[in-house]
Amino acid sequence: MSVNYTELSSKIRKQMIQSAFDCGHPAHIGGALSIVDILTVLYESVLKHDYTNPMWPERDIFILSKGHTVLAHLAVLHMYRFIDDETLATFQTNGSKLIAHPIKNLDIGIESSNGSLGQGISYASGMALGFKMRNRANRVFTVLGDGECNEGSVWEAAQFAAENKLNNLTAIIDVNGMRNDGETAYHGTKQLADMWRSFGWKVIAIDGHDYDQILGALKDSSETSSCPVAVVAKTTKGKGFTFMEGNNDWHHNRITELTYQKCIAELEVTSEV
Amino acid sequence: MKFDAKTAKRWSKMGIRAVYGKIVSTLAKENENVLLMSADLGRSSGLASFYSNYPERFVNVGIAEQNMIGVAAGLSRCEYNVFASTFAPFATMRAAEQVRMNMGYMKEPVKLIGLGSGLSMAFLGNSHFGLEDVSVMRAIPGLTILSPADGFELALMIEKLSDYDQPCYVRLTGAPNYPVVFEERFDFQIGKSTWVRPKAKVNILSTGTTSGHALSAIDLLANEGTTLGLLHLSTLKPIDEAALIELVKDSEILFVCEEHTKIGGLYSIIAELIVKYSLFTTKIINRSLPDEYLETGDYEYLLNLYGLDAHGIKSLVMEHLS
Repeated sequence: MSVNYTELSSKIRKQMIQSAFDCGHPAHIGGALSIVDILTVLYESVLKHDYTNPMWPERDIFILSKGHTVLAHLAVLHMYRFIDDETLATFQTNGSKLIAHPIKNLDIGIESSNGSLGQGISYASGMALGFKMRNRANRVFTVLGDGECNEGSVWEAAQFAAENKLNNLTAIIDVNGMRNDGETAYHGTKQLADMWRSFGWKVIAIDGHDYDQILGALKDSSETSSCPVAVVAKTTKGKGFTFMEGNNDWHHNRITELTYQKCIAELEVTSEV
Repeated sequence: MKFDAKTAKRWSKMGIRAVYGKIVSTLAKENENVLLMSADLGRSSGLASFYSNYPERFVNVGIAEQNMIGVAAGLSRCEYNVFASTFAPFATMRAAEQVRMNMGYMKEPVKLIGLGSGLSMAFLGNSHFGLEDVSVMRAIPGLTILSPADGFELALMIEKLSDYDQPCYVRLTGAPNYPVVFEERFDFQIGKSTWVRPKAKVNILSTGTTSGHALSAIDLLANEGTTLGLLHLSTLKPIDEAALIELVKDSEILFVCEEHTKIGGLYSIIAELIVKYSLFTTKIINRSLPDEYLETGDYEYLLNLYGLDAHGIKSLVMEHLS
């Protein structure tokens, strides 16, 4: 029985728009939409997790290094029942623990606090090394942005993970081609793929919206590599809503009533196809 | 481990960093949950012998302090008690935001060791001096900050840190032949200060290896008939408020001595306390490092130049007592 990833990711996108609309405040939408398809495949088919026992010692670890796109992760955690309706409804409300960046909360599947870019990959590398030293089979996945790869500390971690042969670590680079102020200087995936490869990582370049390619890359990396794996995924910022795609106005913006209706209408068209 | 005068003298000759390496190596050999880390300063941490003999228990990240903190935090998630050491400015300023996110915000209980703090890097100069480290670390919520007087106190600290579940910064000042303050085992507690010389009308408050120099100054003054008390504060956060309040209240004059900029260190700690409790009647004289980048020379020369050796502290006291 094949999984209908399209349906799953569509539900996640709908929830994201709902949460962003409900809170009434600007949210990081564009860069969250670009990682939805990756997170869908990761949580549905690759990552070992158990919402009934969030601290299950055998679980795999997911670290959102590009922490500002937590909206996508929260919707995913909601779909996989780590977060209930009531808790998700607090997103970006006063005093909530669910804000614009992840706050470590193991009870609901958030493994680390992020928001300062370039740090999650070091933390993920430490956990990956720890699991290897403990002879534990847990895998560690982290998602970084291509803009985030501007941070020097990313490359400190990249050297370290390769030197220590952390083949239980997979870094997914979400190459949506944009950062806060406009386009990143990498011009696609080739330069970043070359950079990660030259740092000693196995690189798998994919279309980050093609479910088969995502699944192939994430599975592949678990079985065949003797070094850490970088999945360099070409994506579209704002993916899923035509008026947001490639439009950096949606890096951080508020969903108005009108925008909300436009998004819902687009989702209905998609689900009819 | 023998805590006697002979050992204290031998350790002083080794220097504080070698003592750190010796003690923490012993701990790591006995406790397989203890991991040692450095950013290419394993040798300077006194760990050369340990990493040759136990390479799998030592994680060297190379010259990458930011990554060291993140990796240490991740390792602590796998139930490792990580002691990570590098020179003080690199630990606390190059990687300040990593300390903030990983040890502050996430409370991962990493033990971060700042080597060669204060002026002890001597000819290596201001790039390597630990002038502002307490100030920077003190502003991060939840961090414990320790600064031992000598090797014995450091050993007792590490003993406590072996099962301490909070993040911690340990500031190591001093060089080989540091002045000995403790010649026997004592009841070291995180958060507690120690009266090294009984409270008097005039007292000195100091931290780190400065306490040894203050002690020597007090002994010199005693020969001339002047009696001073000495309170050594080795936990700079959380502070021993009760003892400090009593110290300020009961002192006619209080000298505050530290090998740190006057901004944000021990002088600031006491000033904040005085304002908080309106304890304005005591005369406070501080001997801190000036708010500027400093001269370079050997350690003795620098301590003398900035008035932080026994003679400098003695002169300061005499100047204000006459």
